[in-house]
Amino acid sequence: MNLDHTILTLILLTPLVGAVVLALIPERAGSKLHAIGALVVTLVTLGLTLHLPAHFNYAAAPRSFQFEVNCPWIASPAIRFHLGVDGLSTWLVVLTGFLAPIGVLASWNAVKERTKLFYTLFLLQQVAMLGVFLALDLFLYYGFWELSLVPMTLLIATFGRTENRRKAAIKFFLYAFIPSAILLVALLWLYAKTGTFDLPALQALAAQHAISANPTALWLCSLAFLVAFAVKVPIFPLHGWLSDAVQEAPTAAVMVLAGKLGLYSILRFSFGIFPEQSRHIAPLLIALGAIGIAYGALLALVQTDLKKLAAFSTLSHVSFIVLGIFTFTTLGLDGGVFQILNESLVGAALFVLLGLLYERYGTYDVRDYGGLATKHPWMVTMFVITSLAAVGLPMLNGFVGEFLILSGAMQSVFCHHVLWTVIGTTGVIFGAAYMLWMIQRIFYGNLGLRSEEVSGWDLTAREHIELWPLAILFLVMGLASPIWIKAIDTYGVQTANRPIASEAQNGSFVDPALAAAALDKPAPPVNKGARY
Amino acid sequence: MSNNLLALLPEIILTLTGVLVMLAEPMIAPGKSRKPLGWLAILGTLASGFAAFYQLQIVNPGRPITAFYSTIQVDAFSIFFHLLIASIVLVTLLASLDYFEGPVTHAGEYFALVCFGATGMMFMTSSVELLMVFIGLEISSISTYILAGFRKGQATASEASLKYFLLGSFATAFFLYGIALCFGATGSTSIGDIAAKLGTTSTPLLALLAIAMVVIGLGFKVSAAPFHVWTPDVYQGAPAPVVGLMSTAPKAAAFAVLLRFLFNAAPAYRGHWIILIEILAVLSMTVGNLGALLQRDVKRLLAYSSIAHAGYLLVAFTSIQQDAVSAACFYTAAYAAMNVGAFLVLTQLSGYDEQARTLDDFTGAALKRPVLSALLGFFLLSLIGIPFTGGFFGKFYAFSGAIHNGHIGLAIIGLANSGVACFYYLRLLAALYTRPVKEDAALLPTRRIAIPAAIALTATAAATLALGIVPNHLLNLVQRAAPVTLPSLTVAPPASALPPTPATEVTP
Repeated sequence: MNLDHTILTLILLTPLVGAVVLALIPERAGSKLHAIGALVVTLVTLGLTLHLPAHFNYAAAPRSFQFEVNCPWIASPAIRFHLGVDGLSTWLVVLTGFLAPIGVLASWNAVKERTKLFYTLFLLQQVAMLGVFLALDLFLYYGFWELSLVPMTLLIATFGRTENRRKAAIKFFLYAFIPSAILLVALLWLYAKTGTFDLPALQALAAQHAISANPTALWLCSLAFLVAFAVKVPIFPLHGWLSDAVQEAPTAAVMVLAGKLGLYSILRFSFGIFPEQSRHIAPLLIALGAIGIAYGALLALVQTDLKKLAAFSTLSHVSFIVLGIFTFTTLGLDGGVFQILNESLVGAALFVLLGLLYERYGTYDVRDYGGLATKHPWMVTMFVITSLAAVGLPMLNGFVGEFLILSGAMQSVFCHHVLWTVIGTTGVIFGAAYMLWMIQRIFYGNLGLRSEEVSGWDLTAREHIELWPLAILFLVMGLASPIWIKAIDTYGVQTANRPIASEAQNGSFVDPALAAAALDKPAPPVNKGARY
Repeated sequence: MSNNLLALLPEIILTLTGVLVMLAEPMIAPGKSRKPLGWLAILGTLASGFAAFYQLQIVNPGRPITAFYSTIQVDAFSIFFHLLIASIVLVTLLASLDYFEGPVTHAGEYFALVCFGATGMMFMTSSVELLMVFIGLEISSISTYILAGFRKGQATASEASLKYFLLGSFATAFFLYGIALCFGATGSTSIGDIAAKLGTTSTPLLALLAIAMVVIGLGFKVSAAPFHVWTPDVYQGAPAPVVGLMSTAPKAAAFAVLLRFLFNAAPAYRGHWIILIEILAVLSMTVGNLGALLQRDVKRLLAYSSIAHAGYLLVAFTSIQQDAVSAACFYTAAYAAMNVGAFLVLTQLSGYDEQARTLDDFTGAALKRPVLSALLGFFLLSLIGIPFTGGFFGKFYAFSGAIHNGHIGLAIIGLANSGVACFYYLRLLAALYTRPVKEDAALLPTRRIAIPAAIALTATAAATLALGIVPNHLLNLVQRAAPVTLPSLTVAPPASALPPTPATEVTP
């Protein structure tokens, strides 16, 4: 089909053209023109991204990228405009497309002035994120990766909530930019050694151990990659920017702030180009992941600021994914990728809901709330559904991801992995505690100070449109997870098994028998999720 | 003879333009607008640019045009710099056409001096004889000294001019001393001859000293640390469009001379001068970026940033010739586009009387001047080195060359530095886009942008963007320029075939 060759370029171009057009339309006070324009653009983009899973070739998926575009861009150094998706990125692209209209709707009333700037930056952010997921040329990827910092920084600096916004924006940018500068050194070193920026070519070279004979240099290079990505995730001790940025960023921006970009980059580039180094460092990352789960959950428990609470819960959730993917088992990887989708959706719903509360009552301090359940029956329903999805109630999506991750981790042949997993699991309990406690404090009990003074209204039609798709997805993803896992699994199986051949000779890093078992029946736990 | 004329055509056109402007100036009644003079200068610069372009069409790869007893050599390398300097001057003239409606007088001299300065810079890049280079350097420096003090009423302007003059002369003296030592070591001041004899000289210490002196002299001109002390004061005091000009064009010319000298005249001592360049690069990057962190005055901030950029550019010199020349040329062009652009926006944003100076004065500028702020933001992002801007590819080529040639430590220092650098650029960028603490951002004028200035701004922004998205075109030209500097080695024999080189005549 003709569209197959142009679809990825179209997906990238639509928001870019939209941003340029929006920037050219003059702004009139009180006009919703830019918001409507952004909504149309994001909906068209979403429609385009849906083409990917609809025409995904599952048979060819494990071996090759699909919908590829590959043409030369710059002759020297050899940089190509190379886009493509596989089981890993397909659903992430759709996710990005899906969250964008919700972000626009969430900003509909929240952003009242300078709408032109806001929606232009929002669409540019969209371009950068889609570019990160689509690029298969390391250089092109790096371009989008760096570009993704700029609109976000400006969104935080311009539309931040408090006087602290400028500091938060600069902190966010510096945290991400400095490791990225070192990442550029690593990229250039790779190019100097191999003469290519092409990801499939580099993966092939890595499989043959042909990148460099110098193990120290390879190690340093892989660390440069990992640290740059880990900051963006963020992985436990590198999370310093998160809470400030989350507090300041407007809802539409905070929805895409953490998680998927960094995690995707680890899965694609760290695991792809440095399979052995990633496996060797996995125990450390698993430990950091487990610490992150518990640390984030404990900090979330004691927050009185709702946005800070959400920030630390985000840290806890992404750490869970880190724990899953670094087990290097098919289950762990599948669950990790699936959980990236869940985490983004649940996080989005949570931040949208918090934004709605803020629009009504003008505060994020949980002590000002209380007893809202009678005033907002619909809102409390949504809050409860979101929280249950977040804590992993069976039948909702969070359960499937967490189950896969934990079973993957338990499968691991190392007993310290299991130990860390047990520590991590406590995070799930704390997670349930702070989420439910939050709901209790906002919606039940006596009327809070603030909620007594202000007469808030329940969900409007627009807000229903924002939240229902998310709520329905929680349920569908919980019941029919194979729709998603089927594509993700093509990536998971391939990554879990890839370097086993070389490792088995060296005396087994991952038990081949276990891995083979996982290969045979990747589905059962999924069905289990569906059976509830 | 026609060959001689052809070789110097761009310079000759510019000189004539400058003289014409000076002659026409008294004919315009006092109090009348001096704009026609500006347009005359613009036409002359355009013509000179076209002359350079014409030279590019007729010059064959590997067979440069030589003239005036082989003291002038027109090759793709020098033509590249001619075109670059002509573009910078053109943009500056366009942007300063309306500058003289304001408090600054003596518009005629201004336009003439810009033309003369450009002549000197172009002359520097096409000379392959160190004394000729020196003459070009003097022509360009003297006009820039005067231009730096053009806001006559201001104390800072006089300070800028005087400081620039004193330290600049000092630097020129170093350069001249270097030439003298070169002559002592090799018996010649022609780059071809020096290259041939430097490898076999019996006084290597003298040769080393000569190279060091030349590097120091040019280091002053490109404001590389530790020879940078004049930069912040001069940039602060000089009018903003002039700063745009003098932070790019004379630097480009000085870098061209440095490239020619190091790679053509002194390749035998590469192992030695590369250490010197590395030290200068690390110091410039570090001092520039750390210094900029402390600044509240926007022009001073950009002055320190230009010191840092000189450092990044010097990193390119550590590669082998082919890579070094093309990377350095590309960086010079990218840097020129974004830095001139940044200063032009600043001119418009702070007003011709430059009332708005500090970061606080610019806070919330995006509310009042959204387009200008967006442009400044774009140039700042390019200075940071965000992808899809010219600044990114400039850094990219410079650092990838360094890594290719095993200078990984230097690359890491450089890129860590660019991480530090984004802090102060972002502070300015964030200031533009945040709401001012006090609502009266009265210092920022709201006058409309004049059409010539708008053209100039669009041109610089388009150039910065084009270099970031389709760098191929410039890269091709630059790569064509890269090897051409080399043949002057092979061209050297005919040069020395004319027995008494002019150098002997000028020794006293």
